[in-house]
Amino acid sequence: MKVEEKVKNIQPVECEAPNMQENSDGLLKYLIIGILFGAVFVKAEIISWFRIQEMFRLQSFFMYGVIGSAILVGLISIQLIKRFNIKSIKGESIKIPKKEFRKGQIIGGFVFGLGWALTGACPGPLFAQIGSGFIVIVVTLISAIAGTWVYGKFSHKLPN
Amino acid sequence: MEQIIEWISQPWPWYVAGPLIGLTVPVLLLVGNKSFGISSSLRHVCAMCVPANIPFFTYNWKKEMWNIVFVIGVLLGGFVATSFFSNPDTIVVAESTQRDLAALGITDYSRLLPVEIFSFDNLFTAKGLLFFVIGGFMVGFGTRYAGGCTSGHAIMGISSLQWPSLVATIFFMLGGFMMTHVLLEQLMKLVGF
Repeated sequence: MKVEEKVKNIQPVECEAPNMQENSDGLLKYLIIGILFGAVFVKAEIISWFRIQEMFRLQSFFMYGVIGSAILVGLISIQLIKRFNIKSIKGESIKIPKKEFRKGQIIGGFVFGLGWALTGACPGPLFAQIGSGFIVIVVTLISAIAGTWVYGKFSHKLPN
Repeated sequence: MEQIIEWISQPWPWYVAGPLIGLTVPVLLLVGNKSFGISSSLRHVCAMCVPANIPFFTYNWKKEMWNIVFVIGVLLGGFVATSFFSNPDTIVVAESTQRDLAALGITDYSRLLPVEIFSFDNLFTAKGLLFFVIGGFMVGFGTRYAGGCTSGHAIMGISSLQWPSLVATIFFMLGGFMMTHVLLEQLMKLVGF
């Protein structure tokens, strides 16, 4: 039990997707889903710094509509999957990892919010911005990776 | 066909984009039992490239390759949409926002990101340090500390009725409001806007 607790402290977040390894054929479908997803980001101008400013200044409903309707569709789909016990295409039961409450959701969440308003991008749009030709955002992405690394390095010393 | 291209080339309204983004949740679950989340990809890059014996980065990242492939797709999708179905007109931004931003020295709406901030000329200046380096660092550090970002917490987490994700989302928004309304003006003055 003690050992388990110690491991938990070192590794406060389980890797979010504890799934089976896919071969390269299997990976192609994620590339396609990603392409469609990235295209929606650009077509709806969600990658725009201006849209994020409108959102945080409460001067446009647009981003609230996007996030709200995305949650609604996700919610209904997950309820349908559970209600009718729909299986994945490989016949597995659908598993959704439980998110445990930690102080990080407050402190880390707040820090991310500060950065979100500056960069005008959460991690997804960062990738789509680079694809749209804003090559300088590669620097922001590298810095975000560095931020992730620094968290990993010091996670055991941070309140959790 | 031309009409279809023209229609696709218009900016999409929120009630088209939002549901499409929401559909990613069941699609990833059904296709491979994967939970929608993007910031994890940054962790996998660390695990892949610079694990440095840190326990947080020593796991079998090969199992998470789908996530890396997915974000490469997001990048390519950005390229495809911009190159072939780009919006013909400049972005329409709320007038009140335009007024607020003009006071900060942001007036160029020719691209989706203001060129006054997001250009190579700013890379080695205080402006670049603030918006690229510090901004990016906070996004990466904050999302990992919070255990997810807008996709993993706000969309996937709230959709699956997990209250810790609601808490995280509330603090994402509070951080954003704090930066926009309290800090941004001072910080921008400080870096020379």
